[in-house]
Amino acid sequence: MNIRKIQTPLTPEVVSSLSVGDEIRLSGTIYTARDQAHRRICALIDEGAELPMDINGAVIYFAGPTPTPPDKPVGSAGPTTAYRMDAFSPKVIKAGLRGMIGKGNRSPEVIEAMKTYGAVYFAATGGAGALIAQCIKKSTCIAYEELGPEAIYKMEVEDFPMLVAIDSRGGNLYITGPEKYRERT
Amino acid sequence: MREISKEKIVESVSALCLKAAFELPDDMRKALGKAVEAEPSPLGQSMLKQLVENYSIAETKRMPICQDTGVAVFFVEMGCELCITGGTIYEALRTAVANGWKEGYLRMSIVEDPLFTRKNTGTNGPPIVHVTQVPGDKLKITIAPKGGGSENMSRLVMLKPTVGAPVVADFVVETVTLAGGNPCPPIVVGVGIGGNFEMAPILAKKALLRHLGDPNPDPKYAEFEKMLLDRINATGIGPQGLGGRTTAMAVHIEHHPCHMASLPVAVNLNCHAARHASLEL
Repeated sequence: MNIRKIQTPLTPEVVSSLSVGDEIRLSGTIYTARDQAHRRICALIDEGAELPMDINGAVIYFAGPTPTPPDKPVGSAGPTTAYRMDAFSPKVIKAGLRGMIGKGNRSPEVIEAMKTYGAVYFAATGGAGALIAQCIKKSTCIAYEELGPEAIYKMEVEDFPMLVAIDSRGGNLYITGPEKYRERT
Repeated sequence: MREISKEKIVESVSALCLKAAFELPDDMRKALGKAVEAEPSPLGQSMLKQLVENYSIAETKRMPICQDTGVAVFFVEMGCELCITGGTIYEALRTAVANGWKEGYLRMSIVEDPLFTRKNTGTNGPPIVHVTQVPGDKLKITIAPKGGGSENMSRLVMLKPTVGAPVVADFVVETVTLAGGNPCPPIVVGVGIGGNFEMAPILAKKALLRHLGDPNPDPKYAEFEKMLLDRINATGIGPQGLGGRTTAMAVHIEHHPCHMASLPVAVNLNCHAARHASLEL
């Protein structure tokens, strides 16, 4: 199977060239954000205020890593379940977000926004936090430190393993994958 | 009456917290290894291989298997001829969790007020503690750290007593199907049948602690477990919900007497990082 290497920020050309099932190694800068951070980001978008990161072409990683030990660049850092961010993601995609990394299926509203504005949803392997941490070279808290694990971390990553779970045309591996392997009775 | 100090419990259980976070139990490792061989989906197989690599890295580098180091759930069997000096078992475990989580750089995942402020307690406490009294003078403590992703996908239903096994089976399979990729399959499925409204989920959680794949001692329930596992793996959900034949590695049922009007059924899902560790003092 071909593994494709891509770089952040994601250009519209890269986004539209990605298809469901593609195995990806992502390098560059990504930002972690989960439930509470999404709530705050959306409030900033509503107010027209500046966001803690440059959202144009950005990739958000739904994750809350373990604390960074003194001898490592980051703690364990696997993906969290993405549906909890479904209420917020369309607004962030409209603002310029081009990629999301998480685990689990997304809502029709999120997929519609991905098709309208051009964004892709990557699945990282849930529960592989120690493995994924090996690809994260640097992690810095850039906003909402008081939220602890729910703060926004800017991460420099090299060859982060993931696959295209939902593409910018609405192709969805959470639907087609299980259909392929379902036993007919 | 044998005496044991609170401090002794704190010290031993702090170390146990780290063991549970860093080292996947052998039964889970064997099951994942077998799943890699058996999984027909190439993408599924690639993800299962990542999981195998992940637990090796976690153990070697002393890192948490998963960043969600969970809520600390304890099952305690306390001998009736044992007395804890200097405090209660609850105080001991709360301190042990705070110490263990800090020392191991585990994630503090607990918020104080569930509805309004949701401020992190900073100690990963309080733990959730289930104590049963047993004969003898020993103290057996099992920790089963539980992640939020799979816990969120768990369900409880109070069925009519006459509906029978097929409706129970449909509820279990439906729970797994609705959960899809969210609880990080391949999962372990704990089912609690009977008891009452609060007991069925505790039975389901206890079922997750059983050595993986050991059947229920009652042949009727063992057969039911096997049938449920086959049905779940026929759904095609597969590793991470992206298609394949390895959706669950085991279905474990625990059952208990219940009211003649009731048939409570609880399904507690556990991700592939089904962590637990025990000690006896």
